[in-house]
Amino acid sequence: MNFLQFFGKKTFSHGIHPPEYKETHHQETRRLPFPTQVILLLGQSIGKPATPIVHKGQQVERGELIAKADGFVSVPLYASVTGIIKGIELVLTARGTRESAIIIETALSSGQRQLAGHQCDIENLSRQDLIKAVWDMGMVGLGGAAFPTHVKMSIPKDCKIHTVLVNGCECEPFLTTDHRVMLEQINHLIRGITIALKCVDAPKAIIGIESNKRDVLEAIKPHLPNDSSITIEMVETKYPQGAEKMLATALLGVEIPSKSLPSAIGLAIFNVTTLAEIGRLLPQGQALIERIVTVTGDDLEKPGNYQVPLGTPLGHILDYAGFTGNEAELILGGPMMGMSAASLDVPTTKGTGGVLVLDKRATKGDDIMPCIKCSQCLQVCPINLNPAELGQLAAKRQYDVMEEKYNLNDCFDCGCCSYVCPSNIPLVQYFKIAKTLNRQRHQ
Amino acid sequence: MAIKTPKIDLRTSPYIRRSPSVPQIMRNVVYALIPLVIFSMVHFGISALALIVVTTFSCIATEHLFCKWAAKKTTITDFSAVITGLLLAMTLPPGFPLWMGAVGGFVAIAMGKTLFGGIGFNVFNPALVGRAFLQAAFPVSITTWTPTHVAERFIEFIPSTLALPFMRPEETAQWTAQVATDGFTGATPLALMKFQQIISDNTALFFGTVTGSVGETSTLLILLCGGYLIFRKMLDWRIPAAVIFGTAISAEFFHLIDPEAPRALFMILSGGLMFAAVFMASDMVASPITPLGIFVFGVLVGFLTVLIRLYGAMTEAVMYAILFGNAATPLIESFTQPKIYGARKK
Repeated sequence: MNFLQFFGKKTFSHGIHPPEYKETHHQETRRLPFPTQVILLLGQSIGKPATPIVHKGQQVERGELIAKADGFVSVPLYASVTGIIKGIELVLTARGTRESAIIIETALSSGQRQLAGHQCDIENLSRQDLIKAVWDMGMVGLGGAAFPTHVKMSIPKDCKIHTVLVNGCECEPFLTTDHRVMLEQINHLIRGITIALKCVDAPKAIIGIESNKRDVLEAIKPHLPNDSSITIEMVETKYPQGAEKMLATALLGVEIPSKSLPSAIGLAIFNVTTLAEIGRLLPQGQALIERIVTVTGDDLEKPGNYQVPLGTPLGHILDYAGFTGNEAELILGGPMMGMSAASLDVPTTKGTGGVLVLDKRATKGDDIMPCIKCSQCLQVCPINLNPAELGQLAAKRQYDVMEEKYNLNDCFDCGCCSYVCPSNIPLVQYFKIAKTLNRQRHQ
Repeated sequence: MAIKTPKIDLRTSPYIRRSPSVPQIMRNVVYALIPLVIFSMVHFGISALALIVVTTFSCIATEHLFCKWAAKKTTITDFSAVITGLLLAMTLPPGFPLWMGAVGGFVAIAMGKTLFGGIGFNVFNPALVGRAFLQAAFPVSITTWTPTHVAERFIEFIPSTLALPFMRPEETAQWTAQVATDGFTGATPLALMKFQQIISDNTALFFGTVTGSVGETSTLLILLCGGYLIFRKMLDWRIPAAVIFGTAISAEFFHLIDPEAPRALFMILSGGLMFAAVFMASDMVASPITPLGIFVFGVLVGFLTVLIRLYGAMTEAVMYAILFGNAATPLIESFTQPKIYGARKK
């Protein structure tokens, strides 16, 4: 138990309090009109990309399987619009790489009815069959990490899950998708939690929300089952509360051991939107083909929360949201961990929870100065690393020392260190590069 | 596509950042020192002001010169040289010859800072490097104190202030005898303690109505100025706290051994300790960054200060204590690395 909890506060130590900017939290989810074409990346999750099973010129229906999973840590992909396969090409991604994608030209006059799936009788399915059903729908963690959900649900044999944590923190500034889902899809969410409990064979679940979503608490409470197998608790609003480790610490006062999965201490942690989508789609036997995206930031006439078909190009979203600027940063995800896209053709993926437009004037950074060892980064790092020392080592390219002596691999890129750094040192960027190079070196 | 393609900027996350930046922090430290400048002027007159101006200007000029010499962009706009100059002046006696002050400023920046690579790379607090040099080079001038609240202080310089370079400064003893009203002996509270076993009144020490270096006398004002920086989150309160704590327990410890030795309160309020704890030891660059390291550093500085004050040859101990602490910082850091979240037991 950490000492903050000793004072009755549900939180973790360190972290930051960035401005929230959650102006879209009261805006109901609306459906975005279909784009003229969708660009469906084959690799939308952690793990191997899917293998296409369609060819150029083929007609596909909305919800039809177009690429199948390649191995266990891989998920299938379904068409997000009815239309004609225009090709399988290399396209620019938000990461700046070029990757394979299936491009579908939308048949706008077709009505876009989603292919009816096989009704799925959840009550009578075995645990394995349920996990298989989750896999078949192409589900990944929708909180941003895009880790295949069926892999997470496949708990190692020697672990027994005692609690499922449902992550409704949404600690990234600007984003409000989880917030909307928890208000608009309560029945789906409860059903999804029930399915998850069955999949990981756990007796109880706790929904964790940040204290800035009090309305969610009021809305969900009447819907909770009477046997208190599902409860909801509020934790302090602080970034990165939505990280798995931080949520486990805030709710239960436990620490997930370094380099271990939550299952090592009997926990399974899922994002609320992931479970709500499972609760909505799985009983209908339908697949994940769209997701809710917060479109917000500067120079937008219609910011809000939109239901967006997967693979929708950024340009189409900005067009509909009434973007009026001349110069901007276009960020997929939140401002702390998102990535800026280099082109309007970059498509949304399963992990894209937000499209954030930041005005050039508002974002202009200062020059990078030498580290003055103010120790601010140590005081905010939720993992209690020494970012200042790691940054100095990165500048000297001593990536092996960073990993072996300073626990580089425990860093999960939350960006708190860069956020507070008065010298504007791009610490988290250094760490990402170091981790990538170390991975390549070990191969 | 209907919208006009905008010019797209690319950066890396995070896309929002918290102020303050380094120059903003440095500027605020300067603001925090201004009340001390005013106090010292009221206290000691135009000589103190002239000394502050000279050391500050010397520091800025030296930094600018060395940047030009190294063919890089001048760094005087980050205000860190101004701080060094102000801090240096604060630790000198009010009648310190101006030319010596200029030399001190030069040494502080040239040997304490730019030789190591400028801001962020200095091993020692530059202002203390400058003062240590002056202590070694001009031992008489740096221990010659003059009385406070001299009637003519706003129109007349202390005679030694205007000494010509490399000339023996004018004796101030005669001048002091003329202007002092109440048997001023030219001794600071620490010197009184050390050589005459007179312990000064703590209240006088707290409000700063005693003699001493330019900006070190008023504990109250130093605490207020430091409090402002702590409030703005531009000063790490843990460093001064640890230094004061270390001084207090060390003083009490030595008091137990030798009841003649002064108690903790006198040790904390006298000399430059409070000023050094708040403004000198807290030099971010030269002090540890790990939480435990900060504590170890502070206690070490406090202990060394008391030790040197009681058993050393000099009265002004805290300067050497901090320089020693600065030197020990890499070592302290190496064995006080923080324990990470979810660390496994070995």
